[in-house]
Amino acid sequence: MATIHDVMPVFELFQPTTIDDTTALLAKFGKDAWVMGGGLDTFDWLKDRNKRPKVVVDLSGVKELSGIKAASDGGLEIGATTTLTEISKNPLVTEKYPLLAQAAGLVASPQIRNQGTLGGNVSQDTRCWYYRAGWTCYRAGGNICYADTPTAINREHAIFDANRCVAVNPSDTAPALIALDAKMVIRSTSGERVVDAENYFIGPGTDITRMTVLKPGDLLTAIWIPATWAGAQFYFEKVRERQVWDFPMVNVAAAIKMSNGTIQGSRIVVNAVAAHPMRLTAVENAVAGKPRNEETARMAGDLAVQGAQPLAHNEYKIPLMKNLVKRAIRGEAQA
Amino acid sequence: MTVTMHTPQPQPSNPFTRRSFIKGVIATGAAVSASAYVFRGSQTLLGQGSMPGSVERLMTLNVNGQMRRVDVMKQETLATTLRYKLGLTGTKIGCDRSECGACTVLIDDVPHYSCSILTHTVRDRQITTVEGLEKPDGTLHPVQQAIVDEQGFQCAFCMSGFIMASVGFLKANPNPTRAELAHGISGNLCRCGDYNKILNSMMHAAETMRST
Repeated sequence: MATIHDVMPVFELFQPTTIDDTTALLAKFGKDAWVMGGGLDTFDWLKDRNKRPKVVVDLSGVKELSGIKAASDGGLEIGATTTLTEISKNPLVTEKYPLLAQAAGLVASPQIRNQGTLGGNVSQDTRCWYYRAGWTCYRAGGNICYADTPTAINREHAIFDANRCVAVNPSDTAPALIALDAKMVIRSTSGERVVDAENYFIGPGTDITRMTVLKPGDLLTAIWIPATWAGAQFYFEKVRERQVWDFPMVNVAAAIKMSNGTIQGSRIVVNAVAAHPMRLTAVENAVAGKPRNEETARMAGDLAVQGAQPLAHNEYKIPLMKNLVKRAIRGEAQA
Repeated sequence: MTVTMHTPQPQPSNPFTRRSFIKGVIATGAAVSASAYVFRGSQTLLGQGSMPGSVERLMTLNVNGQMRRVDVMKQETLATTLRYKLGLTGTKIGCDRSECGACTVLIDDVPHYSCSILTHTVRDRQITTVEGLEKPDGTLHPVQQAIVDEQGFQCAFCMSGFIMASVGFLKANPNPTRAELAHGISGNLCRCGDYNKILNSMMHAAETMRST
């Protein structure tokens, strides 16, 4: 599809300044409203005429949505529109949760991190290029997956949990937030609800048109990170073809607590292998009580990829994911 | 509550009509006049709907230290406004998809892709484009001078984006290693592949900026 270099089609723009005004607007316009944080997952859709919202609600003026605060339980509360640059550099994050700072610092490019928000990074739509190029696939309301045909180019697509659609979740911060057991705070005119980061993301089996539990009218306002995993041992690694801008081919985030030289508890999450970040609970259970050594790492890697179903061009993701899990358990970046 | 989905018409009692305002903008150009106060936050004055968060197209934009009054469509990106409304064509549009960096400008001293931010979002911010770098007496910014001295670019279409990304990065990191600088301006692409000469220039500029 040709790239259009022209002004976007008309939409009505709202720039509310409070959360209450924002949720009122989202309730009023429902499916016609598009929530815009930093705009990095907005403008290509609109410029390419592949999504045509009637109303865009710009969150940049809502000051209460931005900022990083220490929470009363010793954890952190991060506003949804806090930029990725801020998260990667803020001392509150870098001291206690370097896992999240590292993940945020590896997203895209400096300019994108200066503008892109944490809420946007976790809530962004999939990057499957068939879908984003405006093909009427399952996810776009059609009746076919163009990425899963005999001639499809699907190197970046799913090896787990595909259900008609084989797209993956491209977020780098999402696995870090799940590893930290973060809670997503969602507001609408009917009130506030809190969802575990692990349950925030949904696959095509649940709803093929959405990546998260957010429905029209919902606004992600903040992300709470509990004190539980502060100062644990962390591991984050992202593999991509180009070391700037690119989305992950696979990434891994791990939080590990040690006791007497063995793993007391852990949370291990990979992304870009399914339509939602995958927490590897079987691996977490299997490594409990074991030391962080080569043997445990190998066992964890083998276990992690059990049940993987590669497409024509993404079989490489199986050894890649296996090795990333291995490195996360061993705790050092060696082959 | 009713909402007007199109640009609202001025109220009959209003002495400033939309038409006369636009004429005024054209006539006065960048000059700051008392009417700038009148139209600031002018939603009710111009009869905008009462919905919270409604947006008025006419705005005053702080570009390179000048207050520029401009009529901006709601779906207009900053790059479009700068180039086609304000005549600041030093800012280039390459990919128009936040990939190449040619459109980089500083917003409150921080580099952003101007193709991927709405002008309405930056209404109250300070925007610096490549035109705003040289001093009134014509002295080039150290980054610009270093590019001249090192012959940093070939075709130079990407140059103003690289300059703005570098100026923004060097403001926050005045003493980078070559690798840190490369990482700092990694959001910009050069199709001529002149990265070595670009980095030479920017390292040279960083040195000049530290010693002055």
